[in-house]
Amino acid sequence: MTDLTDLSLAEAREGLKARRFSATELTRAHLAAMEKAEALNAYVLATPDKALAMAAESDRRIAAGEAGPLEGIPLGVKDLFATEGVRTTACSAILDDFRPPYESTVTRQLWCDGAVMLGKLNNDEFAMGSSNETSAFGPVVNPWRRNGSDTKLVPGGSSGGSAAAVAARLCLGATATDTGGSIRQPAAFTGTVGIKPTYGRCSRWGIVAFASSLDQAGPIARTVRDSAILLSSMAGHDPKDTTSADLPVPDFEAAVTRGVKGLRIGIPKEYRLDGMPAEIEALWQKGAEWLKAAGAEIVEVSLPHTKYALPAYYIVAPAEASSNLARYDGVRYGLRVPGKDIVEMYEKTRAAGFGREVKRRIMIGTYVLSAGYYDAYYLRAQKVRTLIKRDFEQAYASGVDAILAPATPSSAFGLGEKADASPVEMYLNDVFTVTVNMAGLPGIAVPAGLDAQGLPLGLQLIGRPFDEETLFAAGQVIEDAAGRMALPEAWWA
Amino acid sequence: MSVDEKTVRRIAHLARIAVTDAEVPHLQGELNAILDFVEQLGEVDVEGVEPMTSVTPMVMKKRADAVTDGGYPDKIVANAPMSEDDFFMVPKVVE
Repeated sequence: MTDLTDLSLAEAREGLKARRFSATELTRAHLAAMEKAEALNAYVLATPDKALAMAAESDRRIAAGEAGPLEGIPLGVKDLFATEGVRTTACSAILDDFRPPYESTVTRQLWCDGAVMLGKLNNDEFAMGSSNETSAFGPVVNPWRRNGSDTKLVPGGSSGGSAAAVAARLCLGATATDTGGSIRQPAAFTGTVGIKPTYGRCSRWGIVAFASSLDQAGPIARTVRDSAILLSSMAGHDPKDTTSADLPVPDFEAAVTRGVKGLRIGIPKEYRLDGMPAEIEALWQKGAEWLKAAGAEIVEVSLPHTKYALPAYYIVAPAEASSNLARYDGVRYGLRVPGKDIVEMYEKTRAAGFGREVKRRIMIGTYVLSAGYYDAYYLRAQKVRTLIKRDFEQAYASGVDAILAPATPSSAFGLGEKADASPVEMYLNDVFTVTVNMAGLPGIAVPAGLDAQGLPLGLQLIGRPFDEETLFAAGQVIEDAAGRMALPEAWWA
Repeated sequence: MSVDEKTVRRIAHLARIAVTDAEVPHLQGELNAILDFVEQLGEVDVEGVEPMTSVTPMVMKKRADAVTDGGYPDKIVANAPMSEDDFFMVPKVVE
C-alpha cells in the first residue's frame, strides 16, 4: 500500500469507504508526518488527541453505515477559524491563549460531515501578509525548493501554513481565507489548488475578521476535485452571518468533469504587466491553448480599471481592519499590559500585542477614515471599487463565462528576501488576485507548470458571481492538461 | 498627501497604539510610501459614480427581535485577562 498521506482526498474517501484502511490509520499517518515536519512550521498547534478521538468516532460511524461526505478525512484549520476550546490566535500575540467558547460555522460544517481536525495552521498575523512572515509564530517554509538549492522559500500568504501543509502531505486539505489573494497566491506558490468562492458563499461567522467586505473562506487542496469536495461542505447560508447568501449549494464535485466545450474564456489585456516575467506570459498563453483545445472559445476582454484595484484595496482593507481590530483592547480576551489609566492600558496592550505590519495597516486605516480625509481616500476608493466591479460585469455581459489570468507575478521568493523593501513591494504580489475580492467574485488558482528553477506556477480563473462550478470545470481542464503537480520530495522529514 | 511626525503621533493615539520616539520616523516613512502608492487613485474619473456599499446585491435579512442565545456569563468572561463575579475588570475610569 502506498503511503496514506500521498492519497488525494477523493482517493482517501474511496479507501475508507472500501475499508482498505481505517480513519484512525489515516489520521495516525498524518500525525506522524506532522511530527517529522516541524522544520516547515506549518502547524502552530497540533491536536492529536482530538484528531484520534474524532477518527475513532468516524470509524464507528463508518461501521454503522452512518458515514458523512467527509467521514474520516483529516484536515488542517487555518488559525483564523475559531475552534471551540482549541487555542485560536490569528497568529497574533494579542490573542495570547484565546480559547473560543464557540466553533466557526465553516469548521462546524466540516466536522458535521465527518472530517477530522489535525490542528491549527500558521498564517500571516490577522491574515495581513503575502509571505507568512508576519506570523507571531514565525514564518512557514515552503516545501518546494529551487533546483539544486536549499534556500528556504516562503509559501506565500496569508494562508501559508494551509498551502504548505497540503503540499507537504501534512493533511488532505485545509481551510483558508482570502481577503486580497490569501488563498490563491499561496496555492500558486506551493503547487496546490485554492478557491476563493463568491463573497457570501461561505459564512464568515467565527472567522477572525480582517476586512469584512472582502474576507471569504475557501479550501486549499491537492486537486481540483478535492477542492470541490471541500467547498461543498464549507459553503451554505448561515443566519449568523447577514452577508451569507441564501442560495442552494450546487453539487460542486459534479461540475468538475463538465468540461469547457462551448464556453467563452476571456483574456484581460490589462493583466499583461510591464516587466512581467516571460515564463508567466508563456504559461498564461499555454493555459489559453489548453482551454481552446478542450473546446472553449478564447476572446480578449478589457478590464480598464485593473491597475487601480491594488491602491483602492490598500485604502478599503486597512480602513475595515482598523475598525475590526479595535476590539483588541485588553479587556475581554487576550493580552493585557497594565497602564496608569484605561487609555494607557489600551495603548500599551496594542503596542505589545500587534506586529509591525498589523500596526501599519491599522494606522493607515485610521488615517483614511479620520476627519478631513474620509472623502479624499475612503469614499474615492469605494467609488473606484464600483468601477472595478462594473468592468467585470461588462465583460460577463458581453458573453464571457470565465476569465483566465496568471495567479501571481512570480514564483515563490526567498524567506526574508523582501524584508528591507517598501511595504508596497510586498503588496504587489496580489496584483492579479485583489481585483476579484474588490468585485466579490469567485477565483480559483490551479497549478499549471514549473518555472526554470523548478518552482510551481499557477493560473487563475475568475468566474461570474456564484458560478464556482464553471471554475471547477475549467480548472480540471487545466489540471488534466498540465498533469498533476508532482509532490515535492520530503527533504524536511 | 503625506504625513509629518506630529500626524503620525496623532494617528497612533487615535488608533490607541503606543509608539516610541524611535519608531515615529520609521512609521512615517512607511505610511508615506503607502500614501504615495494610493495617490494614483486621483487620476480616476469618479464623477457621478456611486460608492460601493455592498459587493453582492442583497437585502440584509432581519431576524425576529427575540432573545435566542445567552445565559452563560461564565463563558463570556472565561478568556478575560481580569474578571470578578462575571464582570470584566478595568482600571478606574470615573473619578
